[in-house]
Amino acid sequence: MSLPAPAQAVTPLIEARNVTRVLPGIVPTTLVQGITLSIGENEFVAITGPSGSGKSSLLYLLGLLDLPTSGEVLIRGRATVHMDEEERAFTRLRLLGFVFQFHFLLPEFTVRDNVMLPMRALGRLSTKQMQDRASDLLGSLGLGDHMHKQPDQLSGGQRQRVAVARALANEPPVILADEPTGSLDSKASEQVFELLRDLVVRQGKTVVAVTHDLGLAARMDRHVELLDGRVVSDDLHRSSLVDQP
Amino acid sequence: MNLILDIAWTHVRARVRQTGFAVAGVATGVGFSIMMAALMQGSQDDFTQRLVNTLPHITVSDERRSPPPQPAETLYQAVEIHNLTPEARRRGIKNPLATMAALEAWIPGGIAPSVTVQGIIRYANHDVATTIIGIDPRRESKVSDLPKQMRQATVTALYRATNAIIIGDRLSEKIGARIGANITVQTSEGARISAQVVGYFHTGVRQVDEGTAYVLAKTGQILSQQTGLVNELRLRLKEPMASRQVAARIETDTGYKSVSWQEAHEDLLSTFIIRNIIMYAVVGAILLVASFGTYNIISTITHEKARDIAIMKSLGLSEFTVRSIFVIEAVIIGLAGALVGFLLGYLLSRGLGEVRIRSPFIDTDRLPLAYTPLHYLLAGMVALVSSVAAGYGPARKAARLHPVEIIRGAT
Repeated sequence: MSLPAPAQAVTPLIEARNVTRVLPGIVPTTLVQGITLSIGENEFVAITGPSGSGKSSLLYLLGLLDLPTSGEVLIRGRATVHMDEEERAFTRLRLLGFVFQFHFLLPEFTVRDNVMLPMRALGRLSTKQMQDRASDLLGSLGLGDHMHKQPDQLSGGQRQRVAVARALANEPPVILADEPTGSLDSKASEQVFELLRDLVVRQGKTVVAVTHDLGLAARMDRHVELLDGRVVSDDLHRSSLVDQP
Repeated sequence: MNLILDIAWTHVRARVRQTGFAVAGVATGVGFSIMMAALMQGSQDDFTQRLVNTLPHITVSDERRSPPPQPAETLYQAVEIHNLTPEARRRGIKNPLATMAALEAWIPGGIAPSVTVQGIIRYANHDVATTIIGIDPRRESKVSDLPKQMRQATVTALYRATNAIIIGDRLSEKIGARIGANITVQTSEGARISAQVVGYFHTGVRQVDEGTAYVLAKTGQILSQQTGLVNELRLRLKEPMASRQVAARIETDTGYKSVSWQEAHEDLLSTFIIRNIIMYAVVGAILLVASFGTYNIISTITHEKARDIAIMKSLGLSEFTVRSIFVIEAVIIGLAGALVGFLLGYLLSRGLGEVRIRSPFIDTDRLPLAYTPLHYLLAGMVALVSSVAAGYGPARKAARLHPVEIIRGAT
């Protein structure tokens, strides 16, 4: 059942205001057009749509990896359009965690070193603290026995879980996931989905995931559907969270 | 380890062969630069040393830089004097002993008086123009290395015979006069004596060994036909490089023309400048070529690591951090290349020092080499700077990569 978009009583965590992104070229390509979207805390949001509908583009705009051609993206009420590259990078480091379709782990580093990477970039913890936190994260994701392995010694599902651990390293309030189960088999997909859901339910994180799997999207508490770069529906299924054990 | 260093080191370490080639390129450049600099500097030092050891550091002669004004010119300012013939006879230095005493009071080094005459040595149908220097053998060690450069005799051999003469070994070979031979010495003033060869000397400077002879000061005065004449004061300083400044002061104080060894061989010394420019240009070119290897490896790494760069930037690593990673990689290559190059340069220099050569123009059968930390420092710094310069371009490009484009490409 489709419900109207939830009203935002408090400052949204991420907000897109009339965001348009056009790729310049001989024939300019519009990736997203006039999108307005508010995402609050502790939300589990699916962004779906056919190929080329602008799902990933919207996610990159929300994650400050790309800049809108017009409109603006606000993080915790703060406009990001005037931020310089360093400030956007620091905002990503502190507030946003990314999980991509492919794990994108650094192949020369061990699993634990990969998880420690954002913590080291932030530089707020001692080496011991970073090691302990990475070990705890990996342990909680069932990868405690693999932390000293290289990424290529793990299965696809395990690598994706490492990528989730890395996204959580600096305890960001938001996880942005681009087709996180896209390259996994059904069993691994389910594991990763449960993991993301767990982040919302148990840790109070906000997860925004782009997916083409409508089955998974239906199990998330909010479903934003795009078509030709525009939002065509924004539905809430709060029950999906309470239905699950 | 610092994150930037850690990632840079991991990248470099993961490509042992490529990194090895880049390091080898830099090391070869540094090594050959050091060897070349050692050879060039060595030969220059050797030559300079010969000049410094062979000749007095400063020669004060009884001449003046510009002719003194004629009395008529001083008296009548409008008078212009034509066709004056300069006096052929050298007046000599006035009060030489007092002048020497005045100079000895402030000059750190030795001073010796001498009588220099231009003449012709005749022996066995050979006539050779020669500079004949009348010296005091007891003082000579204070102003030149002649006592050390003597062959088969000592400088005091000049006391052994009336009109004894010491000639250069090349002059001896040229005219065929051996020790004990009686040669004829004739000057332009018409003086003519028969002198006995009592020894040879060898300085290593062909011009000197072929065209100089030593006699006693008294004999020199006879040849110049002036009793008590001293027409040159020869000085040796404790610090030879200060000769130019000391010569200038002597000239100001005494009014006599004072020529430092640098001035006397200005033409030769100026060729060293050109030689050094050529050397540094060649060394620079070698290291520039070596830096292409660094550019190549950093470009390859940044190209191969485009996806990692994208992911690092998406995680929140800044452009500065990403750029620093690749610049540090270039520094690692440059540093490793410089260190290996130091060893290579030292070994090459040592190897070159072992090569035996035979040349009529040099005394030793080994190449003169200079081992100085400055060459290592310079080559290392140039290698490092060129490596960083070579790495900076690809690093900057890598840091500017748009992560979205790469992530989209990868997916």
